[in-house]
Amino acid sequence: MIRLSVPVRQALARLVLPALIAASFGLMLIGKADTVLVERARTQLADVVVPLYAVLGRPIGTVRDAIAEIRRLILLRSENARLREENERLRRWYDRALALEAENRALRRVLNAPADPTPIFTTARVVADVGGAYARSALVALEPNHAVRKGQVAVDASGLVGRVSEVGNRSARLLLLTDINSRIPVQVERTGTRAILAGTNAPRPRIQHWTGPEQPQPGDRIVTSSEAGAMPAGLPVGIVREGRTGLEVEPFADLDRLDFVRLHDFGLSGILSPDQVTRPAQRPRRNGG
Amino acid sequence: MASPIARPPQPRGLWARLDQLARSSAPVAVAVILLLATALPMGFAAHQGGLPLTALASVFFWTLYRPGLMPPWVVFGLGVLADLLTAAPLGVSALILLLLHGGVLTQRRALAKQSFLIVWIGFALFAATLLALNWGMRTLLSLTIQPIAPGLFECGMTIAAYPPLAWLFVRLERSLEPV
Repeated sequence: MIRLSVPVRQALARLVLPALIAASFGLMLIGKADTVLVERARTQLADVVVPLYAVLGRPIGTVRDAIAEIRRLILLRSENARLREENERLRRWYDRALALEAENRALRRVLNAPADPTPIFTTARVVADVGGAYARSALVALEPNHAVRKGQVAVDASGLVGRVSEVGNRSARLLLLTDINSRIPVQVERTGTRAILAGTNAPRPRIQHWTGPEQPQPGDRIVTSSEAGAMPAGLPVGIVREGRTGLEVEPFADLDRLDFVRLHDFGLSGILSPDQVTRPAQRPRRNGG
Repeated sequence: MASPIARPPQPRGLWARLDQLARSSAPVAVAVILLLATALPMGFAAHQGGLPLTALASVFFWTLYRPGLMPPWVVFGLGVLADLLTAAPLGVSALILLLLHGGVLTQRRALAKQSFLIVWIGFALFAATLLALNWGMRTLLSLTIQPIAPGLFECGMTIAAYPPLAWLFVRLERSLEPV
């Protein structure tokens, strides 16, 4: 250890704080200038903490399940009545779906149209909600040697969740469709009107920039559109609702209680990385793509 | 050693040293655990930004009562960890926490003697100021106006979470040897 006199040491100690504050500003500059480096640091940290979360999440999951179970027991009667009513409605839809499926098959045969290929997917567990007040993202745990790539589409049991924004060895980060940086090409199922679903960090993303004269109406179902090759068409996204500032979409996916998500590989390469949404100019990094 | 009076006597044995190390690193370890734990999916409102920033409370408490256990470089490290974990613009949390650290150090003599209520009000003032700065920095760095409501909610949660966290820290502080 270097021997220093007390005044010198005190002076050095006094300098540490300003130096570190300067270093924070330096980090901000690095974060702006070299996003690749920062992203690598983030994924490496995620790789370290994700197994930890997977272990810690287990007892919490048990407690959560127990609470849900108790709530279900309390609401058994009303739940039963609701399900009975819903079952009746769904049965009508089921008949309708069977008829449509048969018709669809017949039409496909007539047209010789190939059926949509079943996409390859990886199922992953959401282990942490790491958003805070200014972002909506989640960490998922993956097996090593997984096939998940940046830009893949994340779907839960009921609808679109978001996209994969960063991939590590054992973890991936999802950019949820409610995040302020999320822009998803969608269309109104009823009319086929194209639009953009823009996240605002609020629970309901906004629908904007629709084309054509027909405005989306509250109650319309929104599905993804294949515009720009970023998404496969037709994934369920949500329902249009009248918001305070304009039309919003209530997502089908339960974004507050994400548990398992499917990460789909639709083989689409036209996706923009989430960074590019805010920074259109990108240095050529890959050789030829 | 140049000045033996400025340092506590060094423990001699290996176990004594390990014990000393464990005690002096306990506040930081607890701060890191709290930071990680807030990201666990609890299944409620986590995505509305309704989670307190425990790092603010950690840095505030330890800087106020045991600044030797919360040196500036540790504060910096906590901030960088928080930024990397939440995919925030790198450096913002580090800056906020360092400013809190520096601010509390200047007010330490006056604040440490006060009652819990006054200290809590002090924390609330620090938290509100710094989270406003946080919002400003994020708006500046992303060049888009960030929504204000989740930030306000986060600020409220952070202030509300201080008493239970302080209770935990007081417990921890009492279990540490007087330095």
